[in-house]
Amino acid sequence: MTKKKMVITSRQIFIPIAALLLLALFNLAVDPSFFKITLGHNSAGDPVLTGYLMTILDYGSEVAILAIGMTLVTAACGGQDISVGAAVAIAGSVILRVLVGIGGDGTLQAPILVGFLAACVVSMLFGAFNGILVAIFKIQPMVATLILYTAGRSIAAWINNNELPIVTDKTFTYFGGFIPGIPIPTPFFLAVVCIIITLLVLRFTTLELYTQSVGINASSSRLNGLNPAFIKWLSFVILGLCVAVVGLIKTSRLSTINYSVIAKDIEMDAILAVALGGNVLSGGKFNIMASIIGAYVIQFLTTTLYKFNVSSDALPAYKAVVVILLVVLSAPAVKDKLMRLIKKQKGVG
Amino acid sequence: MKKKTIAVMLAAAMTTVSLVGCGGGSGTAATQAAATTAAAPEAAKDSAKAEEPAKDAEPAEAADGELIKVGIINNDPNESGYRTANDADLKAMFTKENGYEASFAYSLKNDEQITAAQKFIQDEVDFLLLSAADTSGWDSVLKDAQDAGIGVILFDRTIDASEDLYLASIVSDMAKEGETAVNWLASQNLEQYNIIHIQGVMGSAAQQGRTGALDDKVAQETSWTLVTQQTAEWNSEKAQQIVQSVIDSGTEFNVIYAENDDMAKGAVAALDKANISHGVGKDVIVMGFDCNKWALQELLDQNWNYDGQCNPFQAAYIDEVIKKVMKGEAITEKTIIMDEKGFDATTITADDVNNYGI
Repeated sequence: MTKKKMVITSRQIFIPIAALLLLALFNLAVDPSFFKITLGHNSAGDPVLTGYLMTILDYGSEVAILAIGMTLVTAACGGQDISVGAAVAIAGSVILRVLVGIGGDGTLQAPILVGFLAACVVSMLFGAFNGILVAIFKIQPMVATLILYTAGRSIAAWINNNELPIVTDKTFTYFGGFIPGIPIPTPFFLAVVCIIITLLVLRFTTLELYTQSVGINASSSRLNGLNPAFIKWLSFVILGLCVAVVGLIKTSRLSTINYSVIAKDIEMDAILAVALGGNVLSGGKFNIMASIIGAYVIQFLTTTLYKFNVSSDALPAYKAVVVILLVVLSAPAVKDKLMRLIKKQKGVG
Repeated sequence: MKKKTIAVMLAAAMTTVSLVGCGGGSGTAATQAAATTAAAPEAAKDSAKAEEPAKDAEPAEAADGELIKVGIINNDPNESGYRTANDADLKAMFTKENGYEASFAYSLKNDEQITAAQKFIQDEVDFLLLSAADTSGWDSVLKDAQDAGIGVILFDRTIDASEDLYLASIVSDMAKEGETAVNWLASQNLEQYNIIHIQGVMGSAAQQGRTGALDDKVAQETSWTLVTQQTAEWNSEKAQQIVQSVIDSGTEFNVIYAENDDMAKGAVAALDKANISHGVGKDVIVMGFDCNKWALQELLDQNWNYDGQCNPFQAAYIDEVIKKVMKGEAITEKTIIMDEKGFDATTITADDVNNYGI
């Protein structure tokens, strides 16, 4: 019995699930109506599910998608990409530029798919740029991505000549809202698609093994015939793809963009998701599912805080406290000690 | 106080050093001397509060047919639609055709703006136009500008510095904007006001002015309550989440008072999702600020109810001040408050959207 419990608690995925349960219990105790989901209609007359849980699914999905790429970058390079917020702004800007264009009247001038693909290409190019700095020039990831973090939003504004294009076409709102007839927010489906693709790739390719070995020891994996530079570079390109998806969701939510605030500080949430997932932030072993659950935990926390009317500029502070607690608890040193304590208790009892 | 004196002295010392540093050739020594002499009457003007010396010094440049050199320090034009319109307006006014040679510097950070100001002073601009990122820290650099005979004109934002240090300040009265909006809301004669108040970045002048008026009214009237009062930091996504949270909790509300258009848009996105009707004659009154063109269009379509103007078109006012100074006329009022309107969805016209939309 104890042994079985040990196995579960020592599993990486235990941490985010425990955090999720803790938050859920807290909300259940304070106000069970938190879990109420109602089926209603939006102003277009389509059925939609609303409630706090739906809000979490909706907004958590953005972070979850980014967490996929961020986990790979963290595992391969032992550092984090802090430019994803700015990169989302660029991706969103590219989508609007292709769809509406400068001085457009809001009607679509190209299929949405084309805009999205263009954003994918551009985001992957910027990812590749970050990747080259990290993999070839061996710059610390946080420093390398600082460049795009600083310049990204200006680049995004420049792409649309500083205009704020507005898409009037209704179909564009589906990606960040609801597809008519389906009452679950679309971002959740996009996240599911991304997760399935990622899991398939990890299952049927050697990406996971290679990434982990590069992250654990780059030089020995090179001696074993791997190309660490390529693996690191690839992780940034994959993150670029995730960024493009989030760019689509973000711009779709409001059918427009605000270069200076779109996806602001989302990189912090994505990095926190990776940390909450119990992944080693200095690279090596990783668990994508744990990061994804971590992402929803963060949104769960945000939504809970909003529910209690916590001033939104104080949110980061609360988040920080909770995250520090969780990360400290999940640190190997603390975990070992706790385990021993539990064992001792059991022994005594 | 002591600190301030030291800071001024240090800044003065630094400018001297940098002047000396630049003065490698013999030619520059002359310019340096010229700059010093030019500075003298300017300094005299301000201390004696007499405008005569300026008359001799300044129009001379214009008489030569030379362009008036202006250095413009602004916030990042990407910041908001307001700033984009503001920057475009300045760029359209200060052109060669209008007799100006303009250089622009952009930053959202005070220290970078101060560095830019120092550079403009070294470049010997005639006028320094400033929209400061932060209200404090400008004394010493404006003193330098004054010593160099450069006229400083503040636009859009005020600073905590002595009035003597600048010629004029062209600003919006944010408190009045808030009052106009709250008065409009009061004139709607609702039985009960349950307001979702979405604030801008806390501490900014716009937030303080627009919040102040509403807070006062809520404190006075028993029928006015704030369902929630949260900052969304001018961010539409955050506003959407805040309103979403109120809707999820099932609390009743009938007014959304958002301190800018972006946040009102985010709030409306949340309303649409929950099928809560908004606009003229509907369940929820939507109020925004800044008068973006798309926002006024929402008013025209009766989806929103009110939009308060925050006038970004200061260039014409600045131009007027500069022309006056060049002619040697006195600037009678230091603080020039711009005309600002509030638009009601029931009376707005398509012309208003085109004329006042930014």
